[in-house]
Amino acid sequence: MASFFKLTIMKTLIYGYGNPGRQDDALGIRLAEKMEEWIREENITNIEVDYNYQLNIEDADRISDFELVIFTDASIEEMNDFLFTEVNPSEATIEFTMHAVSPSFVIDLCKKLYGKTPKTFLVHIKGYEFDFIEELTENANLNLAKATSFLKEKIKELTK
Amino acid sequence: MNKITIEPVTRVEGHGKVTIHMDDNLNISQTRLHIVEFRGFERFVQGRPYWEAPVLVQRLCGICPVSHHLAAAKALDVIVGAGTGDGLTLVGEKMRRLMHYGQMFQSHALHFFHLASPDLLLGYDSDPALRNVIGVALKHPDLAVQGVMMRKFGQEIIAATAGKKIHGTGAIPGGINKNLTIEERDRFLKGADPMNIDKMIEWSLAALELFKGYQKQNKDFVDNFAVFPSNHLSLVRKDGALDLYHGVLRAVDKDGKKILNDVDYQEYSKYINEEVRSWSYMKFPFLTSIGKKDGWYTVGPLARLNTCDFIPTPLAQKAFEEYKAYTGGKPNHMSLHMHWARLIETLHAAEMIKILLNDKDLQSTDLVKKGKKLSEGVGVIEAPRGTLFHHYRINEDDQITMANLIVSTTNNNEPMNRAVNFVANKMMTGKKEITEGMKNAVEIAIRAYDPCLSCATHALGKMPLDIKMLDANDNVIDNYHS
Repeated sequence: MASFFKLTIMKTLIYGYGNPGRQDDALGIRLAEKMEEWIREENITNIEVDYNYQLNIEDADRISDFELVIFTDASIEEMNDFLFTEVNPSEATIEFTMHAVSPSFVIDLCKKLYGKTPKTFLVHIKGYEFDFIEELTENANLNLAKATSFLKEKIKELTK
Repeated sequence: MNKITIEPVTRVEGHGKVTIHMDDNLNISQTRLHIVEFRGFERFVQGRPYWEAPVLVQRLCGICPVSHHLAAAKALDVIVGAGTGDGLTLVGEKMRRLMHYGQMFQSHALHFFHLASPDLLLGYDSDPALRNVIGVALKHPDLAVQGVMMRKFGQEIIAATAGKKIHGTGAIPGGINKNLTIEERDRFLKGADPMNIDKMIEWSLAALELFKGYQKQNKDFVDNFAVFPSNHLSLVRKDGALDLYHGVLRAVDKDGKKILNDVDYQEYSKYINEEVRSWSYMKFPFLTSIGKKDGWYTVGPLARLNTCDFIPTPLAQKAFEEYKAYTGGKPNHMSLHMHWARLIETLHAAEMIKILLNDKDLQSTDLVKKGKKLSEGVGVIEAPRGTLFHHYRINEDDQITMANLIVSTTNNNEPMNRAVNFVANKMMTGKKEITEGMKNAVEIAIRAYDPCLSCATHALGKMPLDIKMLDANDNVIDNYHS
């Protein structure tokens, strides 16, 4: 397994974001941590993992050296447990204050600044409660486990 | 799909709402900026051991966690007997300052390149979909790269001083838990172009010149947009210098007369009170000695350059002298000059970072100082958006029994309302619909204050804006939702 990844894997970044002090908002960070453990256990060398509270403009620089980027985040959108979607720069949206930006905004900015558009996906995991608590809710934990299993298989598929 | 947080409609948090009331003759009768403040954190922290506070408070905000981290640590310095901000070891104070100036630098750079420069470079009435750093990247890619790299540089300073990007632990009661290694220092001093402090100073100067050039060409607009007299409040160093980390509280009135004369912030509650208004969850702070009606004040870059006497770094001081000369030494009340002040502070922060990086005290290992424990402490810091107060009391079991926070955006509640009122009167009188230009003007007025609602709301910093125009009978004439 390890040698397979060493030889074939694309240069990949898994980037979790959210506030780990706000209960299920930590889902993106927790998934990135799970993947980091897996990468370590499998001795995979070409995947980096990063974390932050939210995405911002400097992340355009951060992702610019990667071929594949997988953002991981919490969500309160309607879904059963998690969704895995491709992100396109054309979907970039702006907020009023711009203290945080979307994954599509980051790759759009990366494209315009560096002429690069890494293949980008977003794993959004259903969360339920967002209080000042470090632990995930029970249902969020279940969703996290499903998303973790899925993403391990997906990375193998994407990087073949 | 966007980052999902708590939708304002379901949690009633984290959104700005503007209501504009018209009388029967379509004159503006009342304007209000409603910002919903979530006060749950102050209750949440009660019962927790005091030493957890500097990390816990970062749950408040993913936008400026460093400011909360440091303000809490400063309050707890008092509780552990380490003094009131200037009693730490040299490395303790200087590492915290480095962290703080890194935060100020990246936050101000983000605001300028992401919020202000698109308006300046692309025009206030340009396509809103492109009036952001992506639009700047299309027309001025070099400038957009500068913004990205300045923000990144500041973030890396924070990571090196706070220990990590999320929930940093660098500041602890009575000091810090790490110093700066030679390798870390040299990465910032001698990093490959452009990631070194000399390049950051050069770019800070260039950004300042960019704004000054714009102001000269658009003097009428910049100098007359949302101008209203105000009191101004900030920390200043004991000798009157600009100091973003520590000092005494000073306030000046609209003419520059001191109305709060360099007082110890441990006693802030003697001088500052908060008014509750029925229509807003966010309180309205005011100077007690002047009263609710006229005692409100502005905080942030404009206020800081109105209260301080000088800036203790050479390039920023030179810029400050030019800035002060523009108003004949009197307080500056022009809302869009907030950008000018912010860029002078950006330059100052970069200069301070260089001074600190060259200071051998940062490699000292004398990290913590403690003394006789007290049961109460106040920490105040100049966050990027303005003065931030943290106040804690503890019991005999070291548990927090009381926490009171006054965040920068709350301090600016009244001036933001005044700015909206100014714009509404100027642009909406006699009108029956909200045009794109009106909406832009309201946004520009509020954005000049760089409000951050994450302190009061959720982590993301997402802030939709609703604008409602209402007639004399409270019927909606027009509505805008961003």
